[in-house]
Amino acid sequence: MRGPHDVGGLEEGPIDTSVHTPTLWEKQIDALHNLIADDKRKIVPRGQNRRYVEALGEDVYNTLNYYERWTATMSQQLLEKGVLTRDEIDAKVREIRDRLEATGELELRAGEADKI
Amino acid sequence: MAKDLQPGDPVRVREDYPPGHIRTPVFIRGKRGVVTQVFGAFENPEITAYELTGPKKMLYAVRFRQVDIWPDYTGPTQDTVDIDIYEHWLEKAEGRAS
Repeated sequence: MRGPHDVGGLEEGPIDTSVHTPTLWEKQIDALHNLIADDKRKIVPRGQNRRYVEALGEDVYNTLNYYERWTATMSQQLLEKGVLTRDEIDAKVREIRDRLEATGELELRAGEADKI
Repeated sequence: MAKDLQPGDPVRVREDYPPGHIRTPVFIRGKRGVVTQVFGAFENPEITAYELTGPKKMLYAVRFRQVDIWPDYTGPTQDTVDIDIYEHWLEKAEGRAS
């Protein structure tokens, strides 16, 4: 079986070699991953996130960018571990969406998603 | 399974395509290379990724010739690629290192 991540040797066309500057939310996701996988908390084992990312399925894997995949799989793991509930995640998403809508930022961000 | 390999030993990567979390890329399976470094015994990430424990596995650096990997490779024959591979993915190969 070849997972969606294991693409060595497959035809892919030109490679985008432009430098990507990490955005704030990407740094936050990276930091959160370090926290839940560190030796003190050990909520998830180091390396397990990679297994979850590989198991997202080809469509989802190829639709999400790198840290979007991490966001999806970290949510999944925190739900499975009982650290967060689906209701808590949904409520927080609603809260943030309402806040951004109120300030007009939501529309702006949708148009500049790659700059956030 | 090859756990007592030394630098210079010719090896072949197991040609197997199991499901699950695997650390040996598909493009190198079934290919022949030469051990260049012995890193020592480490937890097997193919097991620990499932929150299981198992015996530690020897980890090796293996060097492959690009011409042995890609049938249509047009670069110099001395071009190589080094890949870190766990013992359970390696078999001893016959003959001299290529």
